[in-house]
Amino acid sequence: MVKYLGKRIFYIILTLFIVSTITFFLMKFMPGTPLTNQAKLTPSQIHQIYKQYGLDKPVWQQYLVYLAGVVHGNFGVSFQFSNQAVSYLIGSRMGPSLIIGGQGMIVGVLLGLVLGSLGAVKANTWIDTTSTIVSILLVSIPSFVLAVLLQYYLGLKLRWFPIADWGGFIYTVLPTMALAASPLAETARFMRTEMVDVLSSDYIELAKAKGLGKVGIIYHHALRNSLIPIITIIGPLTVNIMTGSMVVENIFSVPGIGEQFVKSVLTNDYPTIMGLTIVYCAMLCVVLLITDILYGLIDPRIRLSGQSN
Amino acid sequence: MENNQNVLEVRNLKINFNTYAGTVKAIRDVSFDLRKGETLAIVGESGSGKTVTTRSIMGLNSPNAVIAGGSIMFKNQDLLKKSRKQMDAIRGNNIAEIFQDPMTSLDPTMKIGKQIAEPLIIHKGMKREKAYAQALEMMKLVGIENAEQRINNYPHQFSGGMRQRIVIAIALVNYPEILIADEPTTALDVTIQAQILDLMKELQTKTNTSIIFITHDLGVVAGMADRVAVMYAGKIVEYGTVDEIFYNPKHPYTWGLLNSMPTMDTSGTELPSIPGTPPDLLDPPKGDAFAARNKYALEIDTKQQPPFFKVSDTHYAATWLLDPRAPKMTPPEQIIERQKHYAKLTHEAIDEHKDKHVEEQEEQL
Amino acid sequence: MADNAKPISTGDFKPVTAADRSHLDSEKISAPSLTFLQDSWRRLRKNKAAMIALIVLIILFILAFGSGFFETHNPNATNPNLANLPPKIPGIDINGFNGTIMQSGTRVNAYAQAHAGNAYYLLGTDYLGRDLFSRILYGTRISLEIALIASFFDLAFGVVYGIVSGWMGGRVDTIMQRIIEIMLSIPNLVVMVLLILVLKPGMSAIIYSIAITSWINMARLVRAQTLELKNQEFILAARALGESSLKISFKHLLPNLSSVIIINLMFTIPTAIFFEAFLSYIGIGISAPQASLGTLINDGQKNFQFLPYQMWYPAIVLSVLMIAFNILGDGLRDSFDPKSRE
Repeated sequence: MVKYLGKRIFYIILTLFIVSTITFFLMKFMPGTPLTNQAKLTPSQIHQIYKQYGLDKPVWQQYLVYLAGVVHGNFGVSFQFSNQAVSYLIGSRMGPSLIIGGQGMIVGVLLGLVLGSLGAVKANTWIDTTSTIVSILLVSIPSFVLAVLLQYYLGLKLRWFPIADWGGFIYTVLPTMALAASPLAETARFMRTEMVDVLSSDYIELAKAKGLGKVGIIYHHALRNSLIPIITIIGPLTVNIMTGSMVVENIFSVPGIGEQFVKSVLTNDYPTIMGLTIVYCAMLCVVLLITDILYGLIDPRIRLSGQSN
Repeated sequence: MENNQNVLEVRNLKINFNTYAGTVKAIRDVSFDLRKGETLAIVGESGSGKTVTTRSIMGLNSPNAVIAGGSIMFKNQDLLKKSRKQMDAIRGNNIAEIFQDPMTSLDPTMKIGKQIAEPLIIHKGMKREKAYAQALEMMKLVGIENAEQRINNYPHQFSGGMRQRIVIAIALVNYPEILIADEPTTALDVTIQAQILDLMKELQTKTNTSIIFITHDLGVVAGMADRVAVMYAGKIVEYGTVDEIFYNPKHPYTWGLLNSMPTMDTSGTELPSIPGTPPDLLDPPKGDAFAARNKYALEIDTKQQPPFFKVSDTHYAATWLLDPRAPKMTPPEQIIERQKHYAKLTHEAIDEHKDKHVEEQEEQL
Repeated sequence: MADNAKPISTGDFKPVTAADRSHLDSEKISAPSLTFLQDSWRRLRKNKAAMIALIVLIILFILAFGSGFFETHNPNATNPNLANLPPKIPGIDINGFNGTIMQSGTRVNAYAQAHAGNAYYLLGTDYLGRDLFSRILYGTRISLEIALIASFFDLAFGVVYGIVSGWMGGRVDTIMQRIIEIMLSIPNLVVMVLLILVLKPGMSAIIYSIAITSWINMARLVRAQTLELKNQEFILAARALGESSLKISFKHLLPNLSSVIIINLMFTIPTAIFFEAFLSYIGIGISAPQASLGTLINDGQKNFQFLPYQMWYPAIVLSVLMIAFNILGDGLRDSFDPKSRE
């Protein structure tokens, strides 16, 4: 286990190193300059600013400086908000993103599990059809459309929830709903397939032969066996949430990293883009590692073969 | 052993399957009895309806199966008329089943102790501790060593043979009256097969359970069964005691099956097989379903299904060859050898040919 | 035995000759045998939702690529005098399609107000007076082009990568899998955004970024399936007979991979369409004056409260496109894997 963990962490670090390197050199090829009003500045002023950001040094030196910074969690200084450290910027915006992202994930996965199992247990009935339609709709309607509709109808028209801004829990409801749609739909689809598969397996047949009733079969045998593989889609779902958060945070003015990422992209704030890329990558790596470990802990087939090694 | 008390009576069972191409008549009028403590082997090639028959007894046929007629009497009650809940109470309690593949028939994420104890908890309402204690006993009974430790293991920690022992333990933990074994050894190595068969026989004498043993392997039948029913294309074509079927078979299909089984004498020569494939049960032939593959087919076989002809009190076969008007046919050489052997076996030796005993008779049991 | 009633003559008891018996051969009356693809197609045809999705997609394809014939106006021509006109379909007098609009509580004819004369716009105009219908058709075409391009890279790159990785095994496989793992640990959208920034926003940047990100899933699935197939008897037999790897790939692997490939393709496509719309929506995709469903939705959203049709129509078209591809994908998966439904 320790060996496995060590290996995984090594690969994560390697991945982050490669990602930092690639982003660094991509940013060097970026067109445009960080200076929004270059025309108005004198060459000496420009030189002054370049020196301040370390842009006057050769590229390989800048790279080493950057790498050393990244190791210490220092991503440089934002172009957009001068004098603000990127790491501080990201840190201060992490909270809201984690809150709505986490809530969206939990709500989506839980509802998806219910919807998917209902569809499988009541396969080929109206319940199944409804569950399929809901998940197809939610997986198909783009998050930005859904978010605008939620904002308009539940926020502006019905006035149930604030349409934007960031405050207490009530402000998180609409963004959470918009983010939950994709994990809900994906989980429901995955769960249905998985459970239909499990329900047609030999050991369910044996459970029926034991005289176990329908509820007992689902509760004791089908649920657990179909729930375990769900862990494997948590990684891809996290990616969906990250993607969704970029527009959802924008639409609901949530001061999160998704909103920041889009803002930085539109203002060519390279240090922030690079920092956020590495942060996204690191978060995803950690999620993938955790889900892999969880999978091993929960599935006896993996857990026990790992022990004996 | 033969106290002639029927624990199960299947009468005129007809099962259809609705498929896209039409109605498949999978079981076409099957009748048989199962007596207390006996082993009845149902033999036939794949698709002959063996498994569908047992599934009907368990009430576990797939949703597109339609019972088109007949009855399955167990303790004076028709199992075909029972509700799902009522069947739940019988399954695993009075009637249990062992499946073909032990590698897939155990829940991979549940400790085997719990899996064995489950039927006790369901049917006997036992508390966990008591059920586990009994499960442990059962594990020892089916020959799992170190049962105390292994009760907390998961299925993947057992070999195929051991897993089949666990499946048997699950099936027998409630001492059911009937055990249905659907090709229980097909997926196992030959040496393990013998162990499992021995175990089943041993447990049968201990528990006096009746066994319906489904197989396509006649070799397994000889050592295991008391009586044999041969199925072909959704019908039973011949049934009798194991000796009668092995040494005095009457149906050409049984001849074919026996001929295609290796024996001590068949070394070196190529094993004969039955040519052709079973008929399409979407549109079963009007006459004898086996006629198209039958070297001994008569005109009448193409027109009319043969009734059962009585060979002895325990032995019936559905083939027109047993009709007094039928021409004398010489069975394959190997079958004649078998019949000679049978004549020697049964000392009530009437030196002439046994066809003398044959009377045309409708099926009546 | 109901037919026992018929009299049996002794003549019936003569043996049937082998030749006569062949007429009885059961094979000849059996149901028509279907190949795997025919069987899948039969199941797909039975799936009403999937067939409707297929028809919808065909119609959208025809409309989008034949848009020259359907466009009533130039999608990029601005006409500030005729800005924000509501939909008007000649001959239909239903509110919402008759060119009228609610203004401070009363319904007024927006076309008359704008002195539009006989002009009509099926789905109205946007804030620059551009014909929304033509722009939606144009945007749909972009979405479908993206779909085709993503499919191409999925097939050309993803499938080949997967087969090579799975077939070669060993060190090659390990290295190729590491590359995929690294790609997987960066959200696709982030990769796309970075690439688009380097390449300058526009259609070609989107195409490159889709090319780089879209094939990964396909490669993984194809590899997994190849690994499974590699050890099956028919492949071993082909290898034992000395067939070349290339020949085995085309003759034996590809046909057996086809269902995995087709199913995954059907899920790559909506993802690609979504990403294009997403990028255009946040403003780094297709740029003005070109129309994309994403930019149309972004434009429409600004006026959603007052002129909801400006967002509804592109949003509906985009959603229908995604729904149709997803339903068709589901239908294909079910028809290739009979176990999953029925």
